[in-house]
Amino acid sequence: MTDTEYNDAYKKREKRVLDAIALKQPDRVPIFLYSTFWQARYAGMTCEEAMYDYEKLSAAIKDSVLEFDPDSYTMIHPAIALGPTMEIMGYRQLKWPGHEGLSPDVSFQYIDTEYMKAEEYDEYLDDPTGFYLRRYLPRIAKAYEPLARLPDFTSLFYTRLIHCTRSFADPKMIEGLETLARAGRESNKMFKEVNRLGKEMTALGYPQTESAAAGAPFDYFADYLRGSKKGMLDMFRNKDKLLEAMDTAVPRIARGTIHAVGNDRCRTIFIPIHWGLDGFMSPAQFETFFWPPLRKLILLLIEADITPNLLWEGDCTSRLEVIKDVPAGKCIYFFERTDIFKAKEILGDTVCIRGNVPASMMTTGNPDDVVEYCRKLIDVVGKGGGFIMDSGVGIPDEAKSENVKAMFDTTKNYGLYG
Amino acid sequence: MSTESKTLINHIVEMEEDEANALAAKMLDEGYDPLELLSHCREAMDQVGSRYEQGEYFLPELMMAGEMLNEISGMAKPLIQQAGGEEKKESLGTIVLGTVHGDLHDIGKNIVTFMLEINGYEVVDLGIDVPVAEFVSAIEEHEPQVVGLSGFLTLAFDSMKDTVEAIAEAGLRDKVKIMIGGGQVDEAVMSHTGADAFGLNALTAVSLCKGWIGQEVAA
Repeated sequence: MTDTEYNDAYKKREKRVLDAIALKQPDRVPIFLYSTFWQARYAGMTCEEAMYDYEKLSAAIKDSVLEFDPDSYTMIHPAIALGPTMEIMGYRQLKWPGHEGLSPDVSFQYIDTEYMKAEEYDEYLDDPTGFYLRRYLPRIAKAYEPLARLPDFTSLFYTRLIHCTRSFADPKMIEGLETLARAGRESNKMFKEVNRLGKEMTALGYPQTESAAAGAPFDYFADYLRGSKKGMLDMFRNKDKLLEAMDTAVPRIARGTIHAVGNDRCRTIFIPIHWGLDGFMSPAQFETFFWPPLRKLILLLIEADITPNLLWEGDCTSRLEVIKDVPAGKCIYFFERTDIFKAKEILGDTVCIRGNVPASMMTTGNPDDVVEYCRKLIDVVGKGGGFIMDSGVGIPDEAKSENVKAMFDTTKNYGLYG
Repeated sequence: MSTESKTLINHIVEMEEDEANALAAKMLDEGYDPLELLSHCREAMDQVGSRYEQGEYFLPELMMAGEMLNEISGMAKPLIQQAGGEEKKESLGTIVLGTVHGDLHDIGKNIVTFMLEINGYEVVDLGIDVPVAEFVSAIEEHEPQVVGLSGFLTLAFDSMKDTVEAIAEAGLRDKVKIMIGGGQVDEAVMSHTGADAFGLNALTAVSLCKGWIGQEVAA
């Protein structure tokens, strides 16, 4: 789409957010409508329905956006509407509602386990693609299992690249590839709905919050490959290999993210921070294992004109001085339980701060609590701009709607600058 | 204490896993009393625990210490059994602990278990996604002084509330103190659930238990 195809309402909201990111003072404090299942539940859907019914989920998003009128909306399908595709491919890294004994109205949850063994670091370092194809993918989904039989193509040449077609005649391989094709067609259906909804929301004047996601390099290993426990133990047992593997992964994660953003008008991407929190590792470990590769990734993304939006989960107050070391006006730091007022003091001239009405207040508190907290956020963290209102990790699935309304009303009325 | 014993404790406390394992194996090979060896491990765990309390050690060190304890116990226990001996366990009190129903997260709970155990408590760990009825029957069976409810997700707030209510309905509420912990709990969640206290880390869990169980002994 060309610039002229975006209407004024869209551009007005977009500017409000971009000003905040650039640490300028917009016309008022921007606010996002960012949730995982809250919008679906608000529309009366169960989590299971949200994971399976693309169109109904779209309707829930659109209706809630029109009601609350945020400055950006979240295209949540790629993060949650995964049930049909996961079922076809036999995906193993999540437990999700209505499937394998989980009740229909709870969030999906990640299976934290060792998907890559310690002795496989060398294999990963030698050939990450081969490791993924032959070791990792077969572990995370049934349909990927036959890929374990693929040859190492880089060992083959000339006539051998003719002979190796035999591996594709293996009945198990055929079955696996057919299943993957079915999964891919299902995923296409989901993304078709994403594109349709995206166009509709653009026409309604609402920009997206983010257009892709990336992982912090330490989390990439600790969450998705080694498992959190083994990831932490690797800081002692496999220190050099872990560091080297993260070095290998950083440009790959950056390339994949840049590719996913493509030519999207929305240049913001999401990076959740899982294991770098206070208490989860020492300051020295954070400064050795967590921050340097993450900073490298942030810089590569900024170079590609992308705005990293980092969700610092939990409390990261002790990290504030360290994580200040990024170019000014190029990142959003989204805080959950970090002392956000201290964050403003330390980071106010460097990053746009987003957050952090507590999840507990949104779910168990009342609108008066929310109004009071939001006013304080606007007064202190919003001072001079560079602030986006949100709940601690977005709107929690169990938030009371009157509290969400209080957050929006306060931001719109009390959050006006000038 | 022999020089070797001191060195062993030092290796464990300094997170030198290979050295600790090699020395423990050597000592046992040379006929060192396996019960004595385990008591050194406990001494080392105490020191690791106090470094954690002092903010010098963090989660990874607790996990590493737990690994070394398991590895060395794995070498010593068969020898103790062979000799017909038994490891003496003195418990300061019993705590029933689990992640509430609907929530599958276990790291926080495991760390709390570890810290309580090295502080001398017996912990009955019910695992993750624990139905309320299972908490109730575990309380009836083990008669703990303290029940710990863990949860990372916001859905756990209501699961914790259900669990506290079920404990009350079973007539057990005044027999136990209930503490909650995990990612997003705070005072508001505590009053929502009806628990007695909340904690943001394993240290709070230990000090809560010390306070509660200590008081009971004094009374």
